Amino acid sequence: MSSTKYILGVFDDPDEMMHGIDKLQKNSVPIYDVYTPMPIHGIEAKLNVKDSRLGYAAFMFGCLGGSIMFTMVYYMLVHDWPINIGGKNFFAIPDFVPVTFEWTILWTSFGMTFTFFFATHLFPGRTPRVMDLRATDDKFVIAIDAKGNIPHDDITNLLKEAGATEVKHNTRKYVSYE
Amino acid sequence: MASHSESIIREPLITGKDITYAQITNDVLRPVENMPGKAWWIGFSVASLGAMLWVFAISWTFWFGLGEWGLNKTVGWAWDITGFVWWVGIGHAGTLISAVLLLFRQNWRNSINRSAEAMTIFAVICAATYIAAHMGRPWMAVYSLPLPNQYGSLWVNWNSPLIWDVFAISTYFSVSLVFWYTGLLPDIATIRDRAHGIRQKIYSVLSFGWTGSVKTWQRFETVSLILAGVSTPLVLSVHTIVSMDFATSLEPGWHTTIFPPYFVAGAIFSGFAMVQTLLLIARKVLGLENYITMFHIESMNKIIMLTGSIVGVAYLTELFIAFYSQNEYEQYAFANRIAGPYWWAYWSMMTCNVITPQLFWFKKIRTNIPLSWVLSIVVNIGMWFERFVIIVTSLHRDFIPSSWAMFYPTWVDVSVFIGSIGVFFTMFLLFIRVLPSVAMAEVKLLLKSSSEQSKKKLMADGHVEPAEAEFYIASLEKYDSVDQSEYLKA
Repeated sequence: MSSTKYILGVFDDPDEMMHGIDKLQKNSVPIYDVYTPMPIHGIEAKLNVKDSRLGYAAFMFGCLGGSIMFTMVYYMLVHDWPINIGGKNFFAIPDFVPVTFEWTILWTSFGMTFTFFFATHLFPGRTPRVMDLRATDDKFVIAIDAKGNIPHDDITNLLKEAGATEVKHNTRKYVSYE
Repeated sequence: MASHSESIIREPLITGKDITYAQITNDVLRPVENMPGKAWWIGFSVASLGAMLWVFAISWTFWFGLGEWGLNKTVGWAWDITGFVWWVGIGHAGTLISAVLLLFRQNWRNSINRSAEAMTIFAVICAATYIAAHMGRPWMAVYSLPLPNQYGSLWVNWNSPLIWDVFAISTYFSVSLVFWYTGLLPDIATIRDRAHGIRQKIYSVLSFGWTGSVKTWQRFETVSLILAGVSTPLVLSVHTIVSMDFATSLEPGWHTTIFPPYFVAGAIFSGFAMVQTLLLIARKVLGLENYITMFHIESMNKIIMLTGSIVGVAYLTELFIAFYSQNEYEQYAFANRIAGPYWWAYWSMMTCNVITPQLFWFKKIRTNIPLSWVLSIVVNIGMWFERFVIIVTSLHRDFIPSSWAMFYPTWVDVSVFIGSIGVFFTMFLLFIRVLPSVAMAEVKLLLKSSSEQSKKKLMADGHVEPAEAEFYIASLEKYDSVDQSEYLKA
C-alpha cells in the first residue's frame, strides 16, 4: 500500500488543464478538486458544480433590509411621533424611498457576501488548506484522491499526456499546515 | 474553454514580450514584497506631513470650535461642504470602474479596478471626516442615527436629505469596502503563499483561508457580479442624494431639478480625473506600464471628455433655465455667479471643466502622458471650484441685502482641506505598499486572449486578415510600452 494521499497534476496552461480534466473523466478517474490562480470558465460544468444560489440569498436579504427600513420609518414618522410639516401627509411615501433603497442595497450586499463567506468557509484566521503553494500564483492544479484510485502510475501517465508539467504524489493532504 | 482569442482589431490590454502568469505576479507584487524606493518615501513623507497638518487643524477646530473657520451668519456652509462633495465625487470613479464596467464587460477595467476602488474608499473616508468635522462637536454625530433617546424618543427627520445622506454615504462606504475586500481575497492568498514567517501569518489571516478551488471561484464570480449589479444604482443614488442636500432647499441656484444627473456626471468626471492623476504616476513608479497601458489612459481620457461635456451642457442648461424661468432671484443668482464678486471662481470652473477637457478630442493630447496628467489635475481643480461656486455664490447674496457677505477662509479652513489631501495620499501610498495595486487574478484572465503576445501569435499563425493586422499594428503606435521596432517590417 503506497503512502500517497493525493495525486496532483500541475499544469502551466489552463487549456491544457481543461484537457487533463477531460482525459481523467474519460478514464473514470474522479477528481477531488481543482485549484487555479484565476476563475476558469466552463470548469464548473465539467466538475458538476451546481449553480450558485447566492442570487436568491441576495434577493431575500434585499427584501428584508428594505422592509425593515420602511417599517422603521413608518413607525417613527407616522405612528410614534408624527411631525406636522405645513399640514402635509405624515405618511409621505416618496420621502421614504431613498433610505429604503439604501438599506435594500446594504442588506443585499452584506447578506449575500456573508452567506458566501459562510458557505465556502471563509473567515479571518482560517488555516488555508492548500495542496500546492503555486496554485495561487501561476500553476493550475488538478487534485485526485489517491485512495481507491489505482494504479497511480496510470493517473500519472494520463496527466503527463494531457500536458502536466509536473505530477506530485503527496503523502499529506495539505502543505500549508507546516 | 478557458480562453479564446479575441478579435485582432481590439487593442491589447497587456503589452510586453514573454509575459507569463508568474511574471504578472512578480510585477504586481514587487512593491509589496520589497522595500519601497526613494520615490515612495518622498511621496509618503510629503503626504504624512499633510496628514499631520490635518490632525493639527482638526484638533484646533474641535478645541476652539467652528468659529475658527471663516464661516459667518450668511455663508454658513463653505469649504467644509465643498470638500465633502468634492471627495465623495472623486470616490465615484472607483465604483464606476469596478461595477459599471464589469456589467458592461469592459475588460480594460481589470487592471485598474483595484486601485480605483481603494481610491473610492479613501476618498469617502476623507468626505466622512468633513461631515464629522463640520458638526463642531463630533460626538454629536450619534444624533444622526435613529436611536432611542431620552427625548421621547425624538427620532431623526426622515424627510430630510441630510438624513438620507447619512444612510447613502454609510451604505456606499461599507458596500464599497465589502466589494473591494472580497476582490482582494485571491490576491492576498497569492501574497500569503509566497511569503514566510510573520508576513505569511498576517496575510494568512487576511486571506480568510482562500484556496482557489472550483467552487469558491464560481461563488466568487457570482458575488462579484451581484455586488456590481447593486453597486451601480447605489453609486448613482449616492450623488443624487448629495445633490438633494441642495436641490430640496429654496436657495436660488440650488433649487433645480437638474442637480441629480448633473452631480452624478460631475462625480464621474472628477473621479476619473483623480484615477488618472494617481495611475499615471503609479504605473511609472511601480513599473506597471505593461498592465496599465496607453489604451487604459486613452479610454479614461475619453470618459473624462464625455462627462466633462455633460457637465458643460448642465452649466449651460442652468443658465438657460434661469433665463427661461423669468424668476428674478434665479436670474440674479446666475448673473452674480458670472459677473459678481466671485466671477473668478465661476470662470475657473468653466475653464477647467468645460473648455480644457475638450482638448481630449485631439488624439495627440489624450495619448500624451504628461499632458493627460496636467489636465487631470486641472479637472480636479475645476471640480473643486464647481462646488465652491454652487455653495458660496448662492449663499453669500442673501435675500436681504443687508445680510450680504463674502467668505474668507481662515488658515484652519485651508489646512483642513490640504490636510485631507495628505490623509488621502497617505492611505493610498500605504495601500500600494501592503496590498496588490492591480487585481492579479483578473489580469491573468486576459493574458491568453487580450495580450500583445497572444495577438502576435495570432498574426504569426496567419489566421488574420492582412488589412485587420495592419489596422491593429497602426493602433499600437501610440503605446509607450510596446517595442515599436518589432512591427516595422510587418
